[in-house]
Parts: sequence; C-alpha cells; structure tokens
Amino acid sequence: MSSMPESLPAGGGLAHPVPSLAELLLGFLSVALSGFGGVMPFARREFVERRRWLDEREFAEALALCQFLPGPNIVNMSVIVGSRFRGVAGAMAAATGLVVVPLFIMMACGALYARYGDLEVLRGPLAGLAAGAAGLLVAMAAKMVMPLVRERKASPLLFALAGFVAVGLLRLPLYWVVLVLAPLSIGWAWWKLR
Amino acid sequence: MSDQSGIGDFALHVALLSLIAVGGVNTIVPELHRQVVEVQGALTSQQFADLFAIGQAAPGPNVLFVTLIGWQLAGATGALLTAAALCIPTCTVAYFVTRVWDRFKHAPWRVATEVGVVPVTIGFVAASALLIAQAADGSVTAFAITAGTAAFSYFSKFNPVWALAVAAALGFAGVV
Repeated sequence: MSSMPESLPAGGGLAHPVPSLAELLLGFLSVALSGFGGVMPFARREFVERRRWLDEREFAEALALCQFLPGPNIVNMSVIVGSRFRGVAGAMAAATGLVVVPLFIMMACGALYARYGDLEVLRGPLAGLAAGAAGLLVAMAAKMVMPLVRERKASPLLFALAGFVAVGLLRLPLYWVVLVLAPLSIGWAWWKLR
Repeated sequence: MSDQSGIGDFALHVALLSLIAVGGVNTIVPELHRQVVEVQGALTSQQFADLFAIGQAAPGPNVLFVTLIGWQLAGATGALLTAAALCIPTCTVAYFVTRVWDRFKHAPWRVATEVGVVPVTIGFVAASALLIAQAADGSVTAFAITAGTAAFSYFSKFNPVWALAVAAALGFAGVV
C-alpha cells in the first residue's frame, strides 16, 4: 500500500498542472462568483476543461465522494481538490476561496432583507423568486428519482417514499428518520450486492 | 429577533445537521424549517422561503442561505457563527475521509453505503421541495411559476438562474 496514493495522477498518466495555494483560492473564488443558481456545473468547466487540474473521471469520482460525504457538496469538493494538491493548506485555501466572498455577499443580502424584506415593492419579486426556487427543488428531486423509476427499482423507491412521507408530510425530526431509514436502506443495498 | 441562546442553539443544530446531510444540504431544509419556524417560531414560513430563494439566486454556494437564517436570528455574528458551524465540521470530515477513501474503493460496505444513501436523499429533497412550495405557492400563478421553473430546470440545459430571473420579474409585475 503506497503511503501517498492521492498525490499520483490517477488518470491516464498525463501530468496535471499542480495548482499553487493562490491558484486554488482564486480558482474556487472564480467558480463561486460565476455560480449563480448553483456552483457545481461551473466547477466542472473550470477545473476539468479550463484549468485541467482533474480529468473527467477524477472529477466524477470526486463528485461521487462529495455526494457520499455529509455536508455541502461543493464545500466538500473544495476540500477534496485542495487537499489532493496541497494538503491541509490546500484544503483551507480552496474552501476559503469558495466561501468567504459569497458569504459577505450573502450577509449583505441578509442585512437588506432584515431591513427591507417587508417592503411592499419587494413582496412581488420575492414571492416569484420563492415560487421559482421551489420549482428548482422539484426538478432536482425528479432528476434524482427518474433513474430509479426507469430501472423499476421498487425497494429504493419505497425508501425514497418513506423518507418523503416521514419528513415532508409527517414532519418528523430528521435525526430519527435518518437513524432508522439510512441503516435499513444501506442494509438492503448490502444484501442485494452480496 | 431572538436572544443569544437562540443563535447558539441554531448553530449547534446546523453543525449536527450538516454532519448527517448526506447528499447535500437540500436534504436538511425540512429540519431547518422545523426548528426555526415550527419549534423556535423565529421566522414565518414565508420568510424562510424568501431566504431560501435569495440563497438560490445569489452567487456562490446555495448552501449559504443557511447563513441568512443566522443573520435573521442574530445579525452579522449570527451569520458568521452559522457559516462556521456549516463548514468547519464537514470540512474536517471531508479532509480525513478523502485521505482514506481510495483504499476502500471496492469494499462492499462502501458500495452498499453509496447505493443505500441515494433513495433516502431523494426522499428528503422531495420533502424540501414540498415544504418550500407550500410556503411559496399561495396562489395559482405562484404554483404555475413553480411548475414552469421545474419543467425548465428538468428539461433544458440552460442555467436555472434564468428561470429564477423570469420568476422574480413576474413577481415584480404583480402576477404572483
């Protein structure tokens, strides 16, 4: 077992450019600021196509890991990419680049909302925006569930339905639902894989 | 506005929830709503939906909408505390997991876990969609905007922020 598997280029042996700390910070900053309405598609374009830090397969693997890890996917991506090239410092540089400037923008939005959120002139646009944002979530859920529907995977669909009913309709605390449902679903997957 | 213990409770919840938010932060929207709107009563459901929507429309990771709730609870300190609670625990986990992850590439438990968490995640994202739609869709036109945005985002390859812009413009025009 090699002690540093993550430092080797995992792709076809092509040498990737190894970004410096400053490049990691600026790379994730530029992704964050271009990412209106979701950052991940921009991350792919920036890191795979433009900067070539990762190839397609490495990006897909990193994305799968992000989706498995708890917490914000794109923040996890910054830690994975940053630490892959520059260890702890790289992870911090990438996460800082990703989060800090958008955080200040968000805080400005928060201040404006706290002060002016009740104004009549803002009610319309905010109501429209919220209705639209609900639509984005509907689409996201649909995109995730369609592969299971197409493959007629009955049991996973039942687990999805149980999660939806418990949290969306019955409004049960998420902790308990996760504690019950996740082991059942993972256990089922384990049993099917054997 | 709430007192300081309100923001402390909230930040602690965010930290714990972020650690079980497998599949992204949209899965914990219902629990955040339950805590802030139903248990603490610190925000109305409509305010919650507003903040969620602002987070979707603003540049940067959408997840930062959680810091907007922090701001509503305790101003700038609240927002910063929430951001720290959101990022630091999960970043630490991500850092250590990514170092050992490749070693377990073909381990059955890893494959089973990856496959097994997906359906649960889907159920939670669908619950989030229902919750925000219930808060936002008080009229037929609002419901139509939700349906239209969903269809646009599902079927087209364009950035969904264009659909949000149209939704906000329709709202500004007074049709919602």
